[in-house]
Amino acid sequence: MVGFISLFQQAVVFGTIIMFGAVGEIITEKSGNLNLGVPGIMYLGGISSLIGVFFYENSTDNPSKLVCALIAILCAFLAAALGGLIFSFLTITLRANQNVTGLTLTIFGSGVANFFGGSLNQLSGGVGQLRVPATSDAFRTQLPGLSSIGGAVGKMFFQYGWLAYVAIVVAILAQVFLSKSRAGLNLRAVGENPATADAAGINVTLYKYLATCIGAGISGLGGLYYVMDFTQGKWANDGTVESLGWLAVALVIFTTWRPKNAIWGSYLFGILYWVYMYIVGISRASQELFKMLPYVVTIIVLIFISLRKKRENQPPEALGLSYFREDR
Amino acid sequence: MENNIAVSMKHITKAFGTKVVANKDVSMDIRKGEILALLGENGSGKTTLMNMLSGIYHQDSGQIFVGGQEVHITSPKDAYDLGIGMIHQHFKLVDVLTATENVALGMDKKKAKNNRVIAKAIEDICSKYGFDVDPKKKVYNMTVSQKQTLEIVKTLYRGANILILDEPTAVLTPQETDKLFAVLRNMKADGKSIIIITHKLHEVLAISDRVSILRKGEYIGTVQTSEATVQSLTEMMVGQKVELDIERPEIEDKQLRLSVEHLTCLDKYGVTALDDVSFDAYGGEILGIAGISGSGQKQLLESIAGLQEAQPGSSIIYFNPETGEKEQIIGKNVTQIKKMGVALSFVPEDRLGMGLVGTMGMTDNMMLRSYKRGHSIFADRKAPRDLANKVKDELEVMTPSIQTPVRRLSGGNVQKVLVGREIASEPTVLMAAYAVRGLDINTSYTIYHLLNEEKKKGTAVIYVGEDLDVLLALCDRIAVLCDGKLNGIVDGRTVTKEEVGELMTHLKETEVTADDGSNA
Repeated sequence: MVGFISLFQQAVVFGTIIMFGAVGEIITEKSGNLNLGVPGIMYLGGISSLIGVFFYENSTDNPSKLVCALIAILCAFLAAALGGLIFSFLTITLRANQNVTGLTLTIFGSGVANFFGGSLNQLSGGVGQLRVPATSDAFRTQLPGLSSIGGAVGKMFFQYGWLAYVAIVVAILAQVFLSKSRAGLNLRAVGENPATADAAGINVTLYKYLATCIGAGISGLGGLYYVMDFTQGKWANDGTVESLGWLAVALVIFTTWRPKNAIWGSYLFGILYWVYMYIVGISRASQELFKMLPYVVTIIVLIFISLRKKRENQPPEALGLSYFREDR
Repeated sequence: MENNIAVSMKHITKAFGTKVVANKDVSMDIRKGEILALLGENGSGKTTLMNMLSGIYHQDSGQIFVGGQEVHITSPKDAYDLGIGMIHQHFKLVDVLTATENVALGMDKKKAKNNRVIAKAIEDICSKYGFDVDPKKKVYNMTVSQKQTLEIVKTLYRGANILILDEPTAVLTPQETDKLFAVLRNMKADGKSIIIITHKLHEVLAISDRVSILRKGEYIGTVQTSEATVQSLTEMMVGQKVELDIERPEIEDKQLRLSVEHLTCLDKYGVTALDDVSFDAYGGEILGIAGISGSGQKQLLESIAGLQEAQPGSSIIYFNPETGEKEQIIGKNVTQIKKMGVALSFVPEDRLGMGLVGTMGMTDNMMLRSYKRGHSIFADRKAPRDLANKVKDELEVMTPSIQTPVRRLSGGNVQKVLVGREIASEPTVLMAAYAVRGLDINTSYTIYHLLNEEKKKGTAVIYVGEDLDVLLALCDRIAVLCDGKLNGIVDGRTVTKEEVGELMTHLKETEVTADDGSNA
């Protein structure tokens, strides 16, 4: 039981990162844009928040936690949305191939992040010396009141930094937006059949731009959570963010493009990813095999979906295609 | 008289790129409360002209007046705001959404209502004009006719007073067409202006008040339908007198080529699509296949082509003209059938899906048929290039070059490329599904001529058609399918249109109960 609780805790922390990534990507993909730049965008979000708070904390003697959190979130969201804007401009306005652009954005994001991450490490006197204590503290603040609940339930559900709960709220909001709101309906139409949306008087370009930029911004919060909560304000050039980004993309498929499924799906991915730690007596080599589990599950889900042939579970029909009104 | 004009287009010109001028100095009026037919051959610019009214394109020069006011329609939304709605050939519906959600798409915030209110409004419109739409049904579960109805309802819900229908009957059965026309007349009586784009002359005569004719992007004129005849309209449309009789040479020496026995197939949902069908096809004749769309034509052709799995007990025997041997086709795939020496050509219904690769040019598409003939690892482009040029010249394919992706060509030209390629492979059995669908009259005659040439060469031609007049004029025998069953084979020279029509709609077999079930 103790083993499971700590596995669950690890899974939630891990899952929160990819939940942000996946929910953002779902919104992007619902507009018909397949942005494979999620890892790069999470990199951008992570490094920008770190840069922002690094300079803030170094400029004052007594940094305010609230300001730290605001700067971090703002920097992460805007930098990631900027990544989405680059993607949008290239694929929507210039109609570049989405797959190539997305993969390039991943390489770009990781390059930018690791370049500036190295600089930050140098500025603070070497690898591992980087500290943003106030911000890290701010993000590790737990929910007041609830965090004092003891026992297994308290440990499993109420002892995380508040951003973990924000992720759930964002996922629920995204779900409500997509399935209940008029703008969500329009957005789905854009991703399914842009020509139809266009003929219905929906501004396809605007919807695609907004969904991609906002979606990227949300994905970027995953990078923020990784940097501030998961690694506690440190920067390492180890490529973890990238593998998390790809897991987020896999999670989008796993959820069948429904944000509500991302909530439990991300934790399930976390459990599958960390379960090797709790299996006694496996070698290092087999550990790596176990880390493959989330992808295996995604493939099984894909097979299951394709066997059921339900149209609602399919990706948006125009996913990955650029739209040009006068195209014949 | 002036205030009777709903829309007035003046000196409209639109070009795509520098070479293709789709509309040249077109001026025409649409009156209130009339049904105007817009008639023209393929590529005459009918759809382009209407797309400018509906905001898909914007004219290069010229003016549009709605209700006497000059307007600038730069987006479909502008068109909607002016009360102009267009029902496109390819329906603008989102498959995974319900009817109601599709209607609600893109509504202004001010007008946005909840889905229950919209569903109610849909039902009101339906009862007013005589439509039948289930607001909760998902579009992917709808038939083509239901989708079209939903499109019209959607347009009406948005307050359209001017409706443009782009070839609305192309995908409908005769009964569905009648229903559509009844609804259009109701809307006309309600004061709506309706523009119907078509090239079916008898429909023009049946439904419209006036006819405007376009030819090669230019406006030719407008006539009162009551004063028009098939002959006069055809002349205005093509600019030259078209031979209305299709030749039908009689071939004495007919050879048994294909013998289909007890062919039964399931469709992709596991429902019996073709039920115990038996017939023979002879070299030197054109066998027509008639039937309401979806009666099993697709499965029939595809099982002969080796693309469709047949149920046990089915048999298709091919009589090889060279060796005289009988060979079973069932159970063999396309390559094996080809190896047996069966020279089948198949002009499928879905041209850019099954027939051609849209993003490749004519040359490369010609190669698709011949790539196995190559002997080295390098592609030999010379022969296919020559063939492409030959097809382009002989069938008058309008394309900037034979390298231009066929996706960019108009529907009729795509069809010409496909038919030209199939005939060039010198088949012993040629199957063509809806070979003239969407083609103008001139091109259709070219295709009929090509089929007849094949017939004279001793090819067994199987022609699936939808236009009964053509089937009756072109085919030696006509096999009529009804709900997956063969409902009779008739002589194309003696049978009447009514007889075929009845065979298409009523199973003459004794199984009355099955008949009822299928027509319900």
